[in-house]
Amino acid sequence: MLQPYASPVERVWYYAMRGLVGLVLLFLFLPILVVVPLSFNSDTFLMYPMGGFSTRWYAEIMNSAVWQKAMLNSLIVSPLSTLLAMILGTLAAIGLVRTDFPGKALLTAVLISPMVVPVVIAGVAMYIVFAPLGLTGSYTGLIIAHAVLGVPFVVTTVTATLQGFDFNLVRAAASLGANPVSAFFKVTLPLVLPGIISGGLFAFATSFDEVVVTLFLASPEQATLPRQMFAGIRENISPAIAAVATILIVLSTLMLITLEALRRRNERIRGIRS
Amino acid sequence: MKLDKSFVRSVIAVAAMAVAGSAAADITVISFGGANQKAQAKAFYAPFDKSGQGKVVPGEYNGEQAKIKAMVEASNVTWDVVEVESPELVRGCEEGLYEKLDYSRIGPKSDFLPKAVSDCGIGIFVWSTAIAYNADKLKTAPTSWADFWDVKKFPGKRGLRKGAKFTLEFALMADGVAPADVYKVLGTKAGVERAFKKLDELKPSIQWWEAGAQPPQLLASGDVVMSSVYNGRIAAAQKEGKNLKVVWNGSIYDVDSWAIPKGTPKRDEAYKFVKFASQPENQRVFAGEIPYGPTHLKGINGIDAKIAADLPTAPQNLKGALASNTEFWVENGEDLEQRFNAWAAR
Amino acid sequence: MTAASPTAAGIVSTRPEPSLKKRLRRAELRKKLLYGTLILPLALFVLLVFVWPIASLMTKSVENPEVHDNLPQTLRALKAWDGREVPPEAAFKALAGELEAARGSPAIAAVAKRLNREETGYRSLIMKTARKLPLAEGEPARSALIEIDERWGTVEPWQAIKRSGSATTAFYLLAAIDRSVDAKGDIVTAPPEEAVYVDVLARTFWMSLIVTGLCMALGFPVAYLMANLPVKHGNTLMIFVLLPFWTSVLVRVAAWIVLLQNEGLINKLLMWLGLTNSPVPLLFNRTGVYIAMVHILLPFMVLPLYSVMKGISPVYMRAAVSLGCPPFKSFWKVYFPQTLPGIGAGGLLVFIMCMGYYITPALLGGPQEQMLSYFIAFYTNQTINWGMAAALSAVLLAATLVLYMIYSRYLGPSAKAVKAR
Repeated sequence: MLQPYASPVERVWYYAMRGLVGLVLLFLFLPILVVVPLSFNSDTFLMYPMGGFSTRWYAEIMNSAVWQKAMLNSLIVSPLSTLLAMILGTLAAIGLVRTDFPGKALLTAVLISPMVVPVVIAGVAMYIVFAPLGLTGSYTGLIIAHAVLGVPFVVTTVTATLQGFDFNLVRAAASLGANPVSAFFKVTLPLVLPGIISGGLFAFATSFDEVVVTLFLASPEQATLPRQMFAGIRENISPAIAAVATILIVLSTLMLITLEALRRRNERIRGIRS
Repeated sequence: MKLDKSFVRSVIAVAAMAVAGSAAADITVISFGGANQKAQAKAFYAPFDKSGQGKVVPGEYNGEQAKIKAMVEASNVTWDVVEVESPELVRGCEEGLYEKLDYSRIGPKSDFLPKAVSDCGIGIFVWSTAIAYNADKLKTAPTSWADFWDVKKFPGKRGLRKGAKFTLEFALMADGVAPADVYKVLGTKAGVERAFKKLDELKPSIQWWEAGAQPPQLLASGDVVMSSVYNGRIAAAQKEGKNLKVVWNGSIYDVDSWAIPKGTPKRDEAYKFVKFASQPENQRVFAGEIPYGPTHLKGINGIDAKIAADLPTAPQNLKGALASNTEFWVENGEDLEQRFNAWAAR
Repeated sequence: MTAASPTAAGIVSTRPEPSLKKRLRRAELRKKLLYGTLILPLALFVLLVFVWPIASLMTKSVENPEVHDNLPQTLRALKAWDGREVPPEAAFKALAGELEAARGSPAIAAVAKRLNREETGYRSLIMKTARKLPLAEGEPARSALIEIDERWGTVEPWQAIKRSGSATTAFYLLAAIDRSVDAKGDIVTAPPEEAVYVDVLARTFWMSLIVTGLCMALGFPVAYLMANLPVKHGNTLMIFVLLPFWTSVLVRVAAWIVLLQNEGLINKLLMWLGLTNSPVPLLFNRTGVYIAMVHILLPFMVLPLYSVMKGISPVYMRAAVSLGCPPFKSFWKVYFPQTLPGIGAGGLLVFIMCMGYYITPALLGGPQEQMLSYFIAFYTNQTINWGMAAALSAVLLAATLVLYMIYSRYLGPSAKAVKAR
């Protein structure tokens, strides 16, 4: 905070700093907002000044078989891959937190590795192995590929949540006669659910935004929304792209709000107040 | 948890529907997208759907053979008919990616242009890569590749397709090689050096494009003053009211063909589609939508004079034009593309 | 939860009760197994879907099956051949037989394509020869092959067959660092018109470095202010960082195209301000790629920095100032060193992500902006040269893993903070 007795240099510094940060935040934020009005452009060009207000591009993407297919594909691939990543990742995270064994660090590193390895390499590698198995150009192949990319996020967030989890609660449940499965569903799950969901959200966002692996693995029939956007940006950049982008921005805002709500809830439950 | 269960159930149901939907008796036809695909939809896909022989699911690609190779090798072929350029067709045919065509199921070979008939493919149309420019932005019209290279007379950026094929030919023509001698020169090591050296001159002014839909946009927005283009794409842009012009001198023409990937479970339907699309009346509709020349000899005959003047096969357009040498590119393609890519990245 | 069973067992059992230690150990083991089985599905999944593909990609960089698998008899006939003169009749005969057998199959195309990489022109040599086979009954193979193409009468094609005939090869890996093996078997530098990958690797590092540097310079003040404002304001600022972070990369790329194109907002603004008369090219060059990449990666810098700064107690700074140290000096001497773990974590994270980037350069850059990942995709999709794609992947993966090891060794714990927020 600027103190009333601050020297002129400090004052200049104080405002310069704020000015700079403001500019950086505008740099982060404005480009995203720029797209939104253009999606309501009545012209065919993706540029300012706009011709007039129109929802024709929304109508176009809603009526276009290609975009419809892309949306449907995204709505198939992302939830299913997220579900898979959530189930496998949560189980593994519980296992990892509760045991210690030689090579645990290495195993964890391997489980996290899809986050580190450049996606292009992952894409080419899966392509070469999946192709002879008939998994390229199939939903199955795409879903498991996206799931493996989302797994690290679930593992890390759930692990982090579990580290703050009091396992005496499970012991208490057991001593009261609950078997391990019902103890898990009645005690553990509700408490770590925010962690699982936020991990799942990360996995969902990863899949929902995934282009590179999809470029390699998907045929036109499985083209997802970002894959279609990639083609659109490369080939035929029209306000339809802006319309799709706007829909995606709304969606990411929703995800952000959900995540923030989860975080708040989590803090409240644990009585952490900052 | 109740909510979650029903959610999972509905997701699975949706997924099952989608998977089943894609497995129905539709045939997937892959083309080069953009205006070309739109014209194909009007001339081939929609009438084929109407004829009751099947339903076309259109898809697009940029000519990469990797996907087809992967599908064929995995015996999991989901593309039923593919539009292929000539060198890729020959290579794919040798590598066993495409069915050897049974012409008795399509029509007599003698009905088609000789260049359009090959073991694994039947020509769809004759297309051309030519110079195009924005007549609103250029005062004087360029007339040759030498003009294309002349950045003093025509300042501004130029668009070229990112790849060795045709780019090297254009460079040689700009360097004064007569169209008839281009492949002779390019067949020598010195000729290749000469082409790359000529490209070096223009490199700072080149804006590379990859998809056929890009050059008309680049021209219209003024990002480039001239560009190599697929001639059909320019006609599509002209229809939208843009003042783009084609220079036919020094253009290179080739045939794109239908090919059927080996092992497609819908081979019979694929043949039906290829036969349908090879009918002269359908090719004529196609040429009316986008000025690519028909490959069926009768398709050429019945064409409206106004449209015919814009086709790569029109006599006045063939003057100073060059036929793409498929053999050359089959042989040297991989090597030159690799070298080109290294050159471009430097 | 395992504590209940031993008592029950104790009543029924007539054997002497095992010691408590033993029972505890057994219970411990059971617990371990139980939790171990929880990890198992994911471990298997990642192994099958991720580790195995990467491993087999890596082996692809040294695999060389085309000639080895398809011309085994020819290779056997060439085994004792010294490579100085045209090989014996047996080699001709074996080759004629094998080419004939492979005619019209994908095998022959694979051989032809592979040999064409040794010397352009061998593709047609193989194809042409195969087309003219089989030989007439009792005809000597040598003269017949030479009649089909006189190149069979020279040593070069035979050397090429022999050279490319081993089951594994360093050909691709060497090519990935601009080296090759010459006819004598020495490793030589590739000719300048083909040598590009060392430059591309250097470019990949350089561009990543620039982007990382920019992210640090821009991210530091943002994180600092956010961490030192009252929580409410800090959280508001956080939204400005998190929304772009959650927005699709493609949306952001599209946005930058709108802004940076020749008739885009930035150029219009520059021209309106009178800073330039004609549009400045911002797209399809370095500038555009840098701007967009910084935009995409900046949150990855800000978030770890913020989480580190949040944990720095303001007491030290106050102490330094109250002891008479000028504010800037105390910031530099006291506060800044404490942020180093955040700078390191964010910086390495951004750097690693940058190294593997594909989409942004592909959509916003020209050929001179393409990094290693572009070439990997090129060889996979365009020329179907999996050996080259695998070799370049190996180079990129090695570079990434080395960096990641540095990251986890020195900065491991703070890494978790990155996405967990």
